[in-house]
Amino acid sequence: MPAALLIPAGLGLLFLVLPLAGLLIRAPWTTLLERLTEPGALTALRLSVQTATLATALCLLLGVPLAWVLARVEFPGRRLVRALVTVPLVLPPVVGGVALLLVFGRRGLLGGWLDSTFGITLPFTTTGVVLAESFVAMPFLVIAVEGSLRAADHRYEEAAATLGASRWTTFTHVTLPLVAPGLAAGAVLCWARALGEFGATITFAGNYPGRTQTMPLAVYLALETDLESAIVLSLVLLVVSVGILVALRERWMTTA
Amino acid sequence: MSDRLLDARLVVDRGVFRLDVPLRVAPGEVVALLGPNGAGKTTALRALAGLHPLTDGHVTLDEVDLDRPATGGWVPTERRSIGVVFQDYLLFPHLSALDNVAFGPRRHGVERRAARATAREWLGRVGLDAQAQRRPRQLSGGQAQRVALARALAVAPSLLLLDEPLAALDARTRLDTRAELHRHLSAHAGATVLVTHDPLDALALADRLVIVEGGRVVQEGDGPSVTARPRTDYVARLVGLNLYRGRADGHGVRVSPELTLTVADRLDGEAFVAFRPAAVALHPARPEGSPRNTWAGTVADVQRHGDNVRVQLDGPIGVAADVTPAAAAQLRLVPGQKVWVAVKATETHAYPATG
Repeated sequence: MPAALLIPAGLGLLFLVLPLAGLLIRAPWTTLLERLTEPGALTALRLSVQTATLATALCLLLGVPLAWVLARVEFPGRRLVRALVTVPLVLPPVVGGVALLLVFGRRGLLGGWLDSTFGITLPFTTTGVVLAESFVAMPFLVIAVEGSLRAADHRYEEAAATLGASRWTTFTHVTLPLVAPGLAAGAVLCWARALGEFGATITFAGNYPGRTQTMPLAVYLALETDLESAIVLSLVLLVVSVGILVALRERWMTTA
Repeated sequence: MSDRLLDARLVVDRGVFRLDVPLRVAPGEVVALLGPNGAGKTTALRALAGLHPLTDGHVTLDEVDLDRPATGGWVPTERRSIGVVFQDYLLFPHLSALDNVAFGPRRHGVERRAARATAREWLGRVGLDAQAQRRPRQLSGGQAQRVALARALAVAPSLLLLDEPLAALDARTRLDTRAELHRHLSAHAGATVLVTHDPLDALALADRLVIVEGGRVVQEGDGPSVTARPRTDYVARLVGLNLYRGRADGHGVRVSPELTLTVADRLDGEAFVAFRPAAVALHPARPEGSPRNTWAGTVADVQRHGDNVRVQLDGPIGVAADVTPAAAAQLRLVPGQKVWVAVKATETHAYPATG
């Protein structure tokens, strides 16, 4: 085996693993439980889980039909639509936050109308957090589900039709179960991305403890005041991420 | 009941390929669409199921137009009284055998418990009570085929469609399944159309054969008449006969400029002559006497064929001959060798090419 490949490979691995090891080494293990149960940490954790879950639900509600349309319906401009869907994947999240402000902000294109007509304010609210997270995380779900739909044999849908199933029943009773593994993987990826969201959230929803301050925001804030607290919060996010990875590996990726 | 439950003329244009197949099936009748790959059989089946719209013609089932482009008549697949057994069955992988069979009745408005009862009954009828809770991937090929049949029949369709129902099975399973399938098809009160490229399946399962080549019907009839009087090279090959077309004049049929075959039947005009490869005798020298057709041929190919040797010969007409291995050895048959070919008039079967 050539050293020219092995050495950079080893360095690369080290580069990826070392910071995580650092996190574990510097963690205040003795006071960990204490720190975790601090009200600020718990509040941020609860808010993060809640908003990420709501964002995932929103993404499923809108993203699955979008994936279905992209996978099953022939229409002009489909490639353009697919490209548009993936934009938030490559867009810096801060830019996403700014864009959300311009549309849903109090003086935004839709925000002003929402405010004056329904009295709904989105920026700097928990709903705003959910929107920011959904904006960034939805492409993960759409891409995963669309891929599964394309890979699924659409003749099962024809078989369902010959048995008298309407298009909608076919979708709920045949198509969705067939793509369930892809759907679950997409939802988990989506949830993980939403949980870690920082840039769009802080830009669009701000950083109010208990209302819009999610875990990543709390970590960033704690870094300036209380390093140990930042480490503990980071550790929690690390554990959740690894947990997701393991779940994905064992339950979906091997069977898919 | 009318004598034709299904009345259809299936016209589908697909670029250079055009399917145009008239099809009428009586209640309880089983019709096989038999033809080589690419003949348009599966397209015909998909058109009947409403999975492929017609370009022209019509599909009328039980006096209701399911598809008639001329008037815009169209009934979508899910509202047609049909059952389809797909070539690879397409059992829903996430449902048990029982729920696969119950799927149709459920969609037809039957309440869950009743639908399951119907499904259980059908699984019993195909001999799979014990496998009711199995997922499709836990079933053998033959079992999956029977579940697919039960699923298609559980909605009591007026028209049952089967696409190469036995093609996915190994030879041994195939024999058993074929016999069982025949029993179920005979019991089906509605019309049945099955598509196959296997003449044995068609002969064993169908009351009537419709032979399709290049999108057209080339021959139609019950098994014995089709096998006795093939009308195209494809059918002749299927039933293992040598077939020639020529002009008949009494007891002679001119099948090539250099060769007129003497036949036992007497007829005039355009005619077919058919004879079995086993009826062909090969000789090292021109045989004398006896009322035989003889001509000089050249061995093109020699292959083992069951217990015999099948010899393909070129000459005024191409012909297949079956000889014993002993005879083949004695004649030292190798490609390029010249031999004399002889066929007795009494071994031939001649019939008019028209009508």
